[in-house]
Amino acid sequence: MIRFILLQNRQGKTRLAKYYVPLEESEKHKVEYEVHRLVVNRDAKFTNFVEFRTHKVIYRRYAGLFFSVCVDITDNELAYLESIHLFVEILDHFFSNVCELDLVFNFHKVYLILDEFILAGELQETSKRAIIERMSELEKLQ
Amino acid sequence: MTGMRGLSVFISDVRNCQNKEAERLRVDKELGNIRTCFKNEKVLTPYKKKKYVWKMLYIHMLGYDVDFGHMEAVSLISAPKYPEKQVGYIVTSCLLNENHDFLKLAINTVRNDIIGRNETFQCLALTLVGNIGGRDFAESLAPDVQKLLISSSCRPLVRKKAALCLLRLFRKNPDAVNVDGWADRMAQLLDERDLGVLTSSTSLLVALVSNNHEAYSSCLPKCVKILERLARNQDVPQEYTYYGIPSPWLQVKAMRALQYFPTIEDPSTRKALFEVLQRILMGTDVVKNVNKNNASHAVLFEALSLVMHLDAEKEMMSQCVALLGKFISVREPNIRYLGLENMTRMLMVTDVQDIIKKHQSQIITSLKDPDISIRRRALDLLYGMCDVSNAKDIVEELLQYLSTAEFSMREELSLKAAILAEKFAPDLSWYVDVILQLIDKAGDFVSDDIWFRVVQFVTNNEDLQPYAASKAREYMDKIAIHETMVKVSAYILGEYGHLLARQPGCSASELFSILHEKLPTVSTPTIPILLSTYAKLLMHAQPPDPELQKKVWAVFKKYESCIDVEIQQRAVEYFELSKKGPAFMDVLAEMPKFPERQSSLIKKAENVEDTADQSAIKLRAQQQPSNAIVLADPQPVNGAPPPLKVPILSGSTDPESVARSLSHPNGTLSNIDPQTPSPDLLSDLLGPLAIEAPPGAVSYEQHGPVGAEGVPDEIDGSAIVPVEEQTNTVELIGNIAERFHALCLKDSGVLYEDPHIQIGIKAEWRGHHGRLVLFMGNKNTSPLTSVQALILPPAHLRLDLSPVPDTIPPRAQVQSPLEVMNIRPSRDVAVLDFSYKFGTNVVSAKLRIPATLNKFLQPLQLTSEEFFPQWRAISGPPLKLQEVVRGVRPLALPEMANLFNSFHVTICPGLDPNPNNLVASTTFYSETTGAMLCLARIETDPADRTQLRLTVGSGDPTLTFELKEFIKEQLITIPMGSRALVPAAGPAPSPAVQPPSPAALADDPGAMLAGLL
Repeated sequence: MIRFILLQNRQGKTRLAKYYVPLEESEKHKVEYEVHRLVVNRDAKFTNFVEFRTHKVIYRRYAGLFFSVCVDITDNELAYLESIHLFVEILDHFFSNVCELDLVFNFHKVYLILDEFILAGELQETSKRAIIERMSELEKLQ
Repeated sequence: MTGMRGLSVFISDVRNCQNKEAERLRVDKELGNIRTCFKNEKVLTPYKKKKYVWKMLYIHMLGYDVDFGHMEAVSLISAPKYPEKQVGYIVTSCLLNENHDFLKLAINTVRNDIIGRNETFQCLALTLVGNIGGRDFAESLAPDVQKLLISSSCRPLVRKKAALCLLRLFRKNPDAVNVDGWADRMAQLLDERDLGVLTSSTSLLVALVSNNHEAYSSCLPKCVKILERLARNQDVPQEYTYYGIPSPWLQVKAMRALQYFPTIEDPSTRKALFEVLQRILMGTDVVKNVNKNNASHAVLFEALSLVMHLDAEKEMMSQCVALLGKFISVREPNIRYLGLENMTRMLMVTDVQDIIKKHQSQIITSLKDPDISIRRRALDLLYGMCDVSNAKDIVEELLQYLSTAEFSMREELSLKAAILAEKFAPDLSWYVDVILQLIDKAGDFVSDDIWFRVVQFVTNNEDLQPYAASKAREYMDKIAIHETMVKVSAYILGEYGHLLARQPGCSASELFSILHEKLPTVSTPTIPILLSTYAKLLMHAQPPDPELQKKVWAVFKKYESCIDVEIQQRAVEYFELSKKGPAFMDVLAEMPKFPERQSSLIKKAENVEDTADQSAIKLRAQQQPSNAIVLADPQPVNGAPPPLKVPILSGSTDPESVARSLSHPNGTLSNIDPQTPSPDLLSDLLGPLAIEAPPGAVSYEQHGPVGAEGVPDEIDGSAIVPVEEQTNTVELIGNIAERFHALCLKDSGVLYEDPHIQIGIKAEWRGHHGRLVLFMGNKNTSPLTSVQALILPPAHLRLDLSPVPDTIPPRAQVQSPLEVMNIRPSRDVAVLDFSYKFGTNVVSAKLRIPATLNKFLQPLQLTSEEFFPQWRAISGPPLKLQEVVRGVRPLALPEMANLFNSFHVTICPGLDPNPNNLVASTTFYSETTGAMLCLARIETDPADRTQLRLTVGSGDPTLTFELKEFIKEQLITIPMGSRALVPAAGPAPSPAVQPPSPAALADDPGAMLAGLL
């Protein structure tokens, strides 16, 4: 299962952090700092997997943003790697050509999309269309 | 949500901040603003509340602590309208976790939303519970969630959320899902056509079967059906195909669920599954599109796992092995990584050694890959595939790699190389070669276990002794050799150097000269080994060599007055013994053979493996979803932490003490055992302090350094200031908290003072013992009566306060000794509950006793040769903990060094190459840990003095944690907010000591904490 998802830029600024395990605040800061350090200097030709404590971080870089997912060491790495990409495709579709600024100013919407995509640390919906439709339903309720 | 202008403006403002400081100011301003608004409920419209709660989440995301407003976020959950309710739900699930009590307040609202008619509210509630619900939720909500999941009137939207929400509740409390009624329902759920619901339900199934596969056996054929449906691409809507592949995630999940069933008995199901698997194994091609490639290989690797699990027909297994063989040679890093990882797992399932050996050279190439993730996998696979036939090659490669490997891998590498050399050595001389090379190339990373082991082998195998001695002699000719090499060579040459006597350059006196050259370069623990070696060389010198005797005696003489008790004792005793002539021969005879026992190295490796992730299969079997969820838990879920042996500073790291601990029958050494000093020596050393160990306590000789370096601190005699007449208001003189903090760093001073009484304290500390004397001085001309002093000891201290007299006569001082013994590391503080009567007034106070953690620290300065090996020997958590500490009181580096020195954590100057960093060492004493070395590293940021990174390590996880927290407390400025009530800090009179203590202590957060504890 997913323990947490982080979206950080190259400078280590957190753009989204979602934890599916109960962590104390200080621990969260530590995790965010460590994960950023772990992935930021890795070469593009390296694997997308890094060991992190007793778990594994699956990460992928899109322009200046790192999407990192911490999972159990027995989890299927490639499946999680592609779920990151699916999430990015959903964001891209929703914001039509997403960039970091979209995620900064609309961080609340990103949380909403994530909640439609992942729940309890597991994939909830893998249809891009289903999620985009759901989001427009929700926008109408505002 | 649209049109929240205030939020956008705030985000822009923060983005426009030029630096961190400006950002902090902007954020603080906003937090102040929000705080004020939250206080004023009347003007707080739901819109404003919503806006502020989003801002709080944003600030939280930036990394600032948001320690208020949780209530407001939670209260929005019960807002009647969707926009506010939504914000309440989302922000609550980001700011709180299952352990927050606030969440309990929301259970009823959440339940009402779940069972209510509003679908949108249902979704919000299910999402919150699915993401942060705890046990309380599991107990009260599981039946409602189950109903939603199987309801025919709910949209798939609600049902998929219900499935995962139930999964969360099950993980929190497996009893929340009743197996009897649920197994059939679960099987029906797998007939679902909506792939969103099916994906969520399959995740739920994986958790359920991992807990109890028998109950859910009816789900097995359904999983196979799902796989068939996807594999044949039947009835799969376009939106669920990902780059042309029918939901790879659902395929993976279904195959994962099947891996929890031990076998598949039904022949037709088995046949159907094997057809699907066969199709996946054969039909997965490498394509250009990276996403498609990843997705299809995600499925393929899951299929490989399933085949391995089923231990299928030979033919299929060999297909798998062939595939993996291909993968470990491809260029694409992810696939190669997974190939290596799965090949290692394959080794555990079936005998594929011979096939893997064909790929040995490619695997070795991966060991040199620039990506550490790949190197780790390659190392594991090489380790796993090693046997007698290829041990020489593999170990050779590991040794070569050792010189270039990064520090984080060297210890693991050297341990693995040492184990393989021991397990598969084709001949013992090769084994000796390997270990000596290991020490030569990576001495810092070779733990003591490794060289102890080679000494054992050499001792137990006579034919090996001349070879080992000549090898050791060769290394002595090298210019710069590692200290561990000095230890092992000295030991071997002392024992077996005489076997080389006829060779050139190997006479006793030549061996002595070449070893003695090294002495000035070694650290204290090595010197005793060298002394033993000199004694042995002297004894073996044939014919007796008066010249050598003169030199050796000169050395013994020199060390007779050494401050280190171990060295001193050996020098004295060897000197006396060597004067005895033939009797000397018996005492220094060759060491007897060691009893055979399991290699401590292999034991250690097994321990390491339990936490590391080599044995993925073993792990999967162990992994229960219910207990594998906590990441923060310092004890890894997958087994105990590796009990790495951290040398305790007692000079016991020489093989002789290892030998002693083995209780060999000959016991020739017992009469000169340097670990048991003679009684007078002991009493001399301990005399000045006269602290008696309480009955039943561990005797002193187990704490070497106590006697060795314990020079009592200078005691400041002016503990009690002159007495003065005072008025009879009960006002405190001085600030209790400040007095306490001052006493934490010195050993005598005033603990408490009011117009009637002054309590002073004087302390002496020795190892894990302390003796404090409380001086209670009556400042008045009339007696103080009903004097009572009671110690409230924390669990880690044993305290014994001598009775305090009931009355203190006018202007008199009474003394009351307090004995302290530290049982284990803890930052808790003992409290003195003190009261007396003056006239009719009862005055009482609860005072913290300065028997703090740092009192059981003894300063210790290490050289870089001593520090770094120890530092590296302490592998990660829980023995070594690291934390970024923010909100540090800004200090210049020298001031910080002084601060550390003041609480006995000695800064070792110049050790860290980075001038902004400090490294420090100290020895901690307690009954349970004995004397234990603690190391710390502080990395400061010259650009921002308010934060630093702190790393603390020791041989005991509790000690590491407590010491880290202690240091943190010293570094962080105590928040002054609550102190604002007091007119002025410092020696100005503080509020009166009202009878019960809380008021008196209110200005001291530390004391309040002590009260809570």
